[in-house]
Amino acid sequence: MSIEISHVGKRFADFVALDDVSVSIPAGRLTALLGPSGGGKSTLLRIIAGLERADTGRVEIDGVDATALPPQQRNVGFVFQHYAAFKHLSVRRNVAFGLEIRKRPTEEIRRRVDELLALVHLEQFGDRLPTQLSGGQRQRMALARALAVEPTVLLLDEPFGALDAKVRKELRDWLRRLHDEVHVTTVFVTHDQEEALEVADEIVVINEGRVEQIGSPDDLYDRPANEFVMRFLGPVTQLGDQLVRPHDLRLAVDPADGVPGRVSRITRIGFEIRVEVTTADGQSVTVTLTRNEFLALNIETGTDVRLRIAPDTPTTQLSTHAPTLRTALTPTH
Amino acid sequence: MTSTTLVPDRPAGDRRPARAGLPLTRVSGLGLGVAMVWFSLLVLIPLAAVVVTASEGGWGGFWRAVTNDQTAATLRLTVGTALLVTLVNVVMGTLIAWVLVRDRFVGKRALEVLIDVPFALPTIVAGLVLLSLYGPDSPLGVNIANTRIAVFLAFLFVTLPFIVRTVQPVLAELDPEAEEAAASLGASRFATFRRIILPSLTPAIAAGAALSFARAVGEYGSLVLLSGNLPMRTEVASVRILSSIENDNPESAAAVAVVLLAVSLAVIVLLDVIQRRVMRRG
Repeated sequence: MSIEISHVGKRFADFVALDDVSVSIPAGRLTALLGPSGGGKSTLLRIIAGLERADTGRVEIDGVDATALPPQQRNVGFVFQHYAAFKHLSVRRNVAFGLEIRKRPTEEIRRRVDELLALVHLEQFGDRLPTQLSGGQRQRMALARALAVEPTVLLLDEPFGALDAKVRKELRDWLRRLHDEVHVTTVFVTHDQEEALEVADEIVVINEGRVEQIGSPDDLYDRPANEFVMRFLGPVTQLGDQLVRPHDLRLAVDPADGVPGRVSRITRIGFEIRVEVTTADGQSVTVTLTRNEFLALNIETGTDVRLRIAPDTPTTQLSTHAPTLRTALTPTH
Repeated sequence: MTSTTLVPDRPAGDRRPARAGLPLTRVSGLGLGVAMVWFSLLVLIPLAAVVVTASEGGWGGFWRAVTNDQTAATLRLTVGTALLVTLVNVVMGTLIAWVLVRDRFVGKRALEVLIDVPFALPTIVAGLVLLSLYGPDSPLGVNIANTRIAVFLAFLFVTLPFIVRTVQPVLAELDPEAEEAAASLGASRFATFRRIILPSLTPAIAAGAALSFARAVGEYGSLVLLSGNLPMRTEVASVRILSSIENDNPESAAAVAVVLLAVSLAVIVLLDVIQRRVMRRG
C-alpha cells in the first residue's frame, strides 16, 4: 500500500506547481505533506488521487503504475477541505455512494454503512441531510464515505482547514486514533506545522514545488535540513549568523562566556516570558523563558546579560546571500 | 467496535424557532394585504372573469365549445406541440447551459448574449424573421409555411432561453469537488452526471420547463405569419381565441382559455411532483 512518487513535475501555464518531486510514502503510516499555501502540496495529493495529471514523472500505488489511471480505478479515498458532500443525499446515502456504485448487495451496504457511521460517531444522524450537520460532523461523514470503499490509500486535503480551532484540535486527535485502529496508508495536506508535528508519523516539507526535507517530526524539529524548514516548523530568532529557537537560548547574569547584551523588553504571555535582548552590535534577539527560569534570573529591563545557545540544540547557519528564485530557474523537461 | 471517543454531538438543524402560527405584526400584515390586493387585481380577478364567461353557457355550452371539431384540433395541436417543444428544450437547454458554463471557446460571450435574443425580440418580429427564412421565399430553400412544423419551430424559437437561463446559474454554482469525490469513489462520468449533477439541476430544469411550456401554449405573434392558421391543420389555440372573439363568440373564446389555463396548471404541478421525485431518488 506504499506510494512511490518519482520525478513528478506539474505546471499550470507559467506557474511551476511541482518541480521534479520524488517521495516514497511508506505503507500503513500517517504522512503529512507540510508547506506554505501555493507550495504544491495539494497538487501532489491530487496527482496521487488522479484528479490532476502530472506533466512528467510516475506515480506508483501499492506497486502498480497508476500514472495514467483515471481516479475511478485508483481505489483511493479522498477527503476535501470543504467536505464535497452530496447535498441532495442523506448522510447514509452519502456514505453508501461508493458501495452503490460498486453494486454491492443492499444488505451488505446497510451493514457496512452502519459500521462506518458508528466509527465516525454519526449513528443518529444517518437520515439527516449534510446541510443539517455541523462542519466537524460533515467532515466525519466525508471520511466515512471515503473509507467505505476500503481504499488502498486515504488522502486528505487540508481536512480540518475549514473548521474552527476547537473542533480542529478535536478532529486532529481523533484522526490520529482512528488511524491507529484502521491502519490504512494515509496522506494529509496541511499548512499548519503544529498539526503535522502532532499527528503525523512522517512529514514531507514541500515549498515552491520542491521537497525541502522528509523525516519524522523529531528529525525535522531537531535536525532541520535548511533555513526554510527551521523557520517553517516554529519560531526562530537570530544570534550572530545562527538561527535558533528562542527557547533554546540561555541567559546568564554573571559575565561568564557568551554574547553580551542588555535586556530591552520583557513581555509575559501566559506561561511563557519573552525577553528581548539587544546585543553589543545592535542585534535584537528574542529569548523565551518559563516563569520559574525568569524569576531565578532576577532580571529587568536594562540588566546586562550574556546569551548562549544551549548545547545539542538545532541551529542553522544563515546564508549570506539572498535566497535564489528557484521557480524562475526551473529547467524544462 | 471502536475505542475512539469524541464529545457527544448536539443535533444541529432545528435551531430556528417555528414562525408559522405567530400573529402578524402591523407592518407584515400591511405587506400581506398589499400583496394580496395586487395579486387579486392582476391575476385572480381576470382569471375568475374568464372562468365566469366560460361558464355562462352552462356545462353543456362549455363542453360544446371545447369539443367543437375545429377547437379541439387547435387544443390538441397547441398542447401536443408545446409538450414536445418542452421535451426538446429540456435536453437542448441543459446541453447549451452546460456548454456555456463548462466549456471555453471563442465566441462564448457572443453566444451568451444571443441566447436571449428570442426572448427579447418582439414576437411578431420573430415571426417575420422565421417567415423570411423558412417561408415561400426562403433563401435556404426550406419552405415550411402553412405546416405544423412551422408551429413547432416558432415554439422552439421563442422558448429557447428559458431552460438555458434557469439551469445556467445553478450549474455554475455546483461544487466541482462533489464531482471529483464521486469520481474517486468509482463513479463513471455518466454515473456522476446522473446521480450527482442531474438531481441538483432538476429543480432548475423543471422551473425552466414550466416557463417554456406556459410560453408555448400562449404563443401567437411568432407563428401567426408562418403557420398560415389553417383550420384543423395549423391553427393554434391563441389564434382560435382571437377568431372566436372576432366572430362575436366570447363564451367559446373563454372556454378555450380555461382549458389552456387548466392544462398549464396541471403541467406545472406535474413538473413539481417529478422534480421532488428525482431529488429524493438521487
